[in-house]
Formats: sequence, structure tokens, C-alpha cells
Amino acid sequence: MSTRNIGDVILKVDNIDLSFGVMKVLDNISFDVRQGEIRSIIGPNGAGKSSLLNVINGFYHPQQGTITFKGDTRKQMAPHVAASHGIARTFQNIALFKGMSTLDNIMTGRNLKMKTNLFWQALHIGPARAEELENREAAERIIDFLDIQAIRKKPVGKLPYGLQKRVELGRALAAEPELLLLDEPMAGMNSEEKEDMCRFIIDVNDEFGTTITLIEHDMGVVMDLSDRVLVLDYGKQLADGIPDEVRNNQSVIDAYLGVPHE
Amino acid sequence: MIYRETGQFKSSYQADQALFPIKQDRYVILGILIVTFAIVPMLLNQYWLNAIMLPFLIYSLAALGLNILTGYCGQVSLGTGGFMAVGAFSVYKLMIAFPELGFIPLVLISGFITAAVGTLFGLPSLRIKGFYLAVATLAAQFFLVWLFNKVGWFYNYNASGMINSPPMTVFGVIITGPEGDMHGKYYLVAAFVAVFALAAKNIARGRIGRNWMAIRDMDIAAELIGVRPLIAKLSAFAVSSFYIGMAGALYFAVWLGSAEPTEAFDINQSFLVLFMIIIGGLGSVLGSFLGAGFLVLMPILLKNIMVDGLGTDAALAAHIEIITVGVLIIGFLIVEPHGLARLWRIAKEKMRLWPFPH
Amino acid sequence: MLFFIEVTLSGLMAGVMYSLVALGFVLIFKASGIFNFAQGVMALFAALTLVGLMEKFNFPVWLAIIGTIAVMIALAWLIERVMLRHLVNQEPIILFMATIGLAYVLEGVGDIMWGSDVKLLDIGIPQGAWGWLWDQGIYVEKLELFAAGTAAVLVIFLAIFFQKTRIGRALRAVADDHQAALSVGISLNTIWVVVWSVSGIVALVAGIMWGSKSGVQFSLSLIALKALPVLILGGFTSVPGAIIGGMIIGVGEKLAEVYIGPIVGGAIENWFAYMLALAFLLFRPQGLFGDKIIERV
Repeated sequence: MSTRNIGDVILKVDNIDLSFGVMKVLDNISFDVRQGEIRSIIGPNGAGKSSLLNVINGFYHPQQGTITFKGDTRKQMAPHVAASHGIARTFQNIALFKGMSTLDNIMTGRNLKMKTNLFWQALHIGPARAEELENREAAERIIDFLDIQAIRKKPVGKLPYGLQKRVELGRALAAEPELLLLDEPMAGMNSEEKEDMCRFIIDVNDEFGTTITLIEHDMGVVMDLSDRVLVLDYGKQLADGIPDEVRNNQSVIDAYLGVPHE
Repeated sequence: MIYRETGQFKSSYQADQALFPIKQDRYVILGILIVTFAIVPMLLNQYWLNAIMLPFLIYSLAALGLNILTGYCGQVSLGTGGFMAVGAFSVYKLMIAFPELGFIPLVLISGFITAAVGTLFGLPSLRIKGFYLAVATLAAQFFLVWLFNKVGWFYNYNASGMINSPPMTVFGVIITGPEGDMHGKYYLVAAFVAVFALAAKNIARGRIGRNWMAIRDMDIAAELIGVRPLIAKLSAFAVSSFYIGMAGALYFAVWLGSAEPTEAFDINQSFLVLFMIIIGGLGSVLGSFLGAGFLVLMPILLKNIMVDGLGTDAALAAHIEIITVGVLIIGFLIVEPHGLARLWRIAKEKMRLWPFPH
Repeated sequence: MLFFIEVTLSGLMAGVMYSLVALGFVLIFKASGIFNFAQGVMALFAALTLVGLMEKFNFPVWLAIIGTIAVMIALAWLIERVMLRHLVNQEPIILFMATIGLAYVLEGVGDIMWGSDVKLLDIGIPQGAWGWLWDQGIYVEKLELFAAGTAAVLVIFLAIFFQKTRIGRALRAVADDHQAALSVGISLNTIWVVVWSVSGIVALVAGIMWGSKSGVQFSLSLIALKALPVLILGGFTSVPGAIIGGMIIGVGEKLAEVYIGPIVGGAIENWFAYMLALAFLLFRPQGLFGDKIIERV
């Protein structure tokens, strides 16, 4: 990993507070992500990890704080703003379009790259056809990259869990994001599938230079992959630093009941 | 002819993305077009064209429209009858005010007017979902029918409250109203349906169709990957209403010749078209045709069997008919909730593998 | 001012009638997630059966009511047997369409069995103006007051049923979580029969009230359409929502009919309730009593 270039800060969130009614989900969270790095967020269940990702791509609107992405500071994101500025994500409980094929799911991920209007689409000639073919090629490159050629035309609802996770990664990649948010990409996978997924994540980061922020429970994976790790517990920021620092942080060890994570 | 894709290799994405990638399917479609435009009009007499083919085609167009909204975009609507009424009354007013534009453009304009109205009534879909939305679309149904019934301007203050289709020609043939030429009517409606079925298929397989399906399958995820729910939902309402509006215009001007809003466009129309797409298959262009065909033919068949065949009393026959329709619908939903189109797909899969079932 | 009070009161009373129908919807939706479009036809069917038993078999009122209740329970059993159990785990829209099919069947069967002419229903509910208020110069139907009283009794009865009886608690468990209820050994089939029976009885009450007011005829089944805006206002799963929502719709509709109707040409009651409910929803999408939904991904 030594060849990778870690650049400037691409995403910075400052003093984020998020609550639902009386329930405080995120309490004064600040952290940043640098261009090209793999940044992990860990913490026990209910720590607010997914909520933090939801704030970053605009699904939840925090009561306090700011989000700075590529130099633009906002009080809150809107989902389409996040998407069109290059933030893509996958979801903890797979959120694929179940009635559609693998190919169509990935093509939907390229939605923002496509522009032709309804009229041309209805005729399916000229620009609409050219655009469709051009994006099909891009989608096929992702299909090759993820090695899912065989399930191209299969409805995703019927695919096994591990493959669905892979298709979901493909759909996020299709948008050619600058920042990729992965919410437990390896949850529920066997060790072989995990290895594959790790390799994909490293390759995406390496080959495309995509910045990655991921939530993961498997500490081995987190410590291996990450450049820096943010630890949350009950909506509060417990620690933030390189894996070794976090590993030896006393409050982190306490939060995890002192269980060693190797 | 053996239905097989083995040996049909695709060397470009273009070929793979063709409308009907399998050769035999292309032959079937060609066959259907030949039958529709050459054989049917030759074989069928006026009664068949008027009693079966016209309603079948017009309801297919309406079902296509509703399928775009409900089947592809996942928004249940019970306002179809009201939107058909918008199409019908638009074309009526236009035929009287601007006959010089010609009938075909007027039908298209009626479609656009209905699209605007449909988009307006689609606005609640941005806030509410599922059955709440379905019930909300009933607001459109009741309000629109009331409007056309109450406001005299829409029916030109006709004492009976009816609208009558003035005769208009296409390529010199009268195709509207009671004096219209039956074959002319048939060709016109069939052409409309063929063109717009193709357009629907094209839209459904492109970016816009995928966005609709994304909203249907997982609206939150769709929004987070950059599909704007506002645009996706309202465009589905607009395109859907455009189709339903044209169907309403043809229904009134070409098929019925005259109409009265509370009967011709009441809530049972909405249910009928919804049944068509459920029985035919949600999210399937083919299903829209199958469903329309089934629900147009079945009552005629039942009536023929009971009244003409068995000599059943007409009132009793009407009761038995409604019970049978109900039973058949329930039976259908139990046997194949994904509709006739699904049965067809399964049959195709089987054929593809025949004679080796595994 | 008196006129305004009179209109409001009569709206409240009409609202109670809507609530009665909406209640039947809510019970079924809560327990099974089915949007039962046949609820209105069930009210018609129950009223037809009641009249039929009284006219054709000369049953006394009490016996006819018991007989009708028995018929509604048998109907619930039949619906579960023939229809629902084959549609378990289908999409909500499929179940919804099936209930429209059911509405057709019930309508046809009701007509064939009891004839489709308008019938009077008189089971001795007092009619005419209520004296005390009439003396104050306000006209209120005794029948409507009676309906309001019946609705109150019905709601109390249902509350006791859901809180105190074993099967009632089981019903609530199913409403909260299908899987959990199944895992502790509650049979879904029994639940469905019970809940459809209860809503059949609610339909009978609604059918009696509406039938006494305006005769038993096909249009009675259309009151279902009046109850639907109540549902979007009060929520598909809330019993208090159905009651309060019904009253809001009833009052709103009557006031609109009297004060707005003449301006726009009348007969607005078909759609006004829908618009009212819609306008309300735009400001409060979760309905009257719903909690704000936190969506998760």
C-alpha cells in the first residue's frame, strides 16, 4: 500500500449533532477523510455508524454542524447533491432493486451519467441509443471487474447473499464516485467471500483512486485495510487515529469489554 | 420452429440490447403485426371489430398507461377512469374548437392535457405511499367526474349532459362518431396502440424506465444513488396519464361516439383497468395486452354462453356474470399472482430447454 | 349560529356512520395488512341478509340479528378457507385486488339471494327529530344519535375484547409482528377468521344504521368509498383515528356542502372528503395519530 497517494482532506464533518425526538443518535461528531484513503468507522451496534453515513450522503439532516465536501460547506446534504458530487454508497441491509437484473441495477447506478430526454428514449434512436451503448460498455467493465458476468441478466432478488453484496458494490461503482461509503460490506459473509470483497475494496482504492469510508465489524479486516479508524459509541466519538493507536486506546478497549480484537 | 437461443451469438452490446434479442421472438412479433393489420380486418366483420377488437385495443392502451405507473413505478392509482375522462373531454372540446388540426394531432394534444392533469394529481405521491396514495388518487377520480358532470362548458351546455363525437376524417375516411367506417376505426386505433406500445417498451428499457423501477423496488436507495423521486414519480404520472388520456379520447371519439361522464368513466373503469394489469402482469408490456384481452373477452363470452346458449334470464345472467368475474379474479390471483405474462415467460423458458427439462 | 351548530351536529352524526365503516377496514388492516375493499359490500350483504331473514322467513328482529351474525361468521370462515389461506405472503396489492373480486362475488350473491330492489329496514330504531334539541331550535335525527350511541358501545366492546380476552391479545400480537405471533404458536388462520368475523359484525352494525336511514340498496355498498378518506386521515391502523377521522370528515363535508356547495354547483360530497384528507396529509403525512416515521437504510 505504500505506492498510494493520500491527498488533501476531501470530506470533513464538524460538530454533527443528530437526534430523533429525545433520542440523541450523534453527539458532536467531527472527523475528516483524505483523498485516496481507506477510512473505517467502527463501534458497537447502535453506535450511530450508519446514521453518520446517512448524514454524509444527505438522507438524515443533522440539527447541528457542517459537512464540507470538496471545499463546499453545507449545513446538510441533499441526497441528489451528494450523488451528483460524487458520493456513492452501499447499504447495511442490501438495498438492491430486486425486480431488476444485475445489469439493470448497475446501469441504474450510471443514471447520473445519462442525459437523453424522454422523447429520444421513446424512439430509442440517435442520442438515446448511443448513450445506452456507451454506458453499457462502462457497466460491462464493472461486471468484468467484479467477475459477475454469469449473472448479468439474472434478477438480483434471486441471487445468493454474497453475490447481491457484490452487485451492490457494482451499482455504487457504476457512478464512478470519488467517495465510496460502504456500510458493512462483509456482514454475513463466509471467509472466502470476505477475502474476495477485501480484494475488491483494495483494488477499487488502488486502481481507481477512489476514497473509501467503510463500516465494518470484523476487526481483523478493519485493522488490515484502514489508513485511519474512527470509533463511535452511543453516538459519541471515542477515538480517532491510525489502527495501532485505536487498538491500544483504553476507552476503545473498555467499550469492547476488553476483548482483544486480533 | 424450435425456440432456442443457442447458436444465436451476439457480437455487440447493440445486438444484445435489441428489443427482441431472440430471433424467434422477432418472427412472432412480425407475425402479430401481419395478423393485426392484414388478416384481422379481412376476416372479422363489423360486429367483431366493434364489440371486441376496438375495446380490446383501447383498453390495452389504457392498461399500458396504468402499467407504466403501477407496474413500473410502483405507484398504485385508482384514478384511471377520471384520467380517461380528461382525455375524452379534451378531445371533444378540441374537435369542436379546432377541427382543422386533424384528428390524430388532437388525440395527441388530449394526451398531453391529461398528462398535465395527471402530474398535478401525482403530487401527493411525493409525500404519501402505498394504499394511502391509492386512496388519494380516488380524489382525482371523483373530482374529475364531478367536474365534467357539473361544469356545462365541458359538454357545451348540452341539455342531456352528454358529449357526442362529431364526424372527423383521417386520410379521407370518417373514423369518429356513429357514421365512422369500422375498418378505418380499427386501423387507426391499432396504429396508435402499435406505435405507443413500442414507445413504452423503449422507455421501459432505458434510463427513465430503470429509474421508475428503482423507485418501485427501493425508493430510498434510488434516491441515494441520484434518482430524483420528484422527477421519477411525476414523469411516471405524466407518461401514464398521457397514455390513459389518449385511450380515453379514442374510447369516446372512436368507439363509443357519445359519452356521459358518470357512467362511461366511473370508478369501475379504474378497477377494470387495474384488474387488467394485475391479471396480465405488472411491469409487462405484453401483460397489458393479455389482461385487456382477457377482461374484454370474458364478459362477452359469459353473456353469450348464458343468455344465448342457456337462455338464462338477462338480470340473473348479469348477477352470475359479476360473480363469475369476481371468482375468476380471485382464482387468478391465487393461481398466478404475477399474471398471464409470467405464465408466458415460464412457457418460453420451458420451450427454450425442450426437450431437456433440466 | 344555530344553523351552524345544527350543520356541525349533523356532520358529527354522519361522521359516526363513516367511522363505523372505517372501523371495519381498520380491524382487518391492523390484523392482516389487507386493505379490504369489500367492507362496504359486506355492510350491504349483512343488511340484505337481515332484511331477508325478517321478510322472507318472518324472523323476529333479535333472531334475525343473531342469524345474520351467524351468516357473517360463516362468511368469514369461508373467505379464509377459499381465499385468504391461498394468498398468504402475497403482495398487499394482490390481496387488495382479491378483496375487490370478493366485493363482486358478495354483491352478486346478495342480489341473487335477496333481490336487488330497495328494501326498508325497520328494526325499531327511533326515528324523527330529537325533542330536547328540537326545542332549542336544532334538528337532530334520533336515528343518528342512536347510531352514535351504538358506535360508542361498539368501540368499548372492541376495546375490552382486545385488552381482556386471550384471542384479542393474540390479535394485537399479530398486528404488531406476524412472525413473532406465529412463533409463539398463534394460528394465523384462526386469527383471520376471528378478525373477519368481528369486522363482519361491525359491517352489520354499519349496515343496520345506514339501512334504517336510507333503505337497503346497492348504493349502501358505496359508503365504503366515503370511509376511505377517513382512513387516510386517521390512519389504516388506528381505531381512534377511524373514530375521530370519521367525525372530522363528517363535519367538514357537511359544512362544505352547505357553505361551499351552492357556489360551485353542489354534489361536492363525492370528492370533498378526499380533498380534505389530502390537504391534511400534505401537512402531516403520518396522519392524525401516526408516529413520525424514521426511515432507516
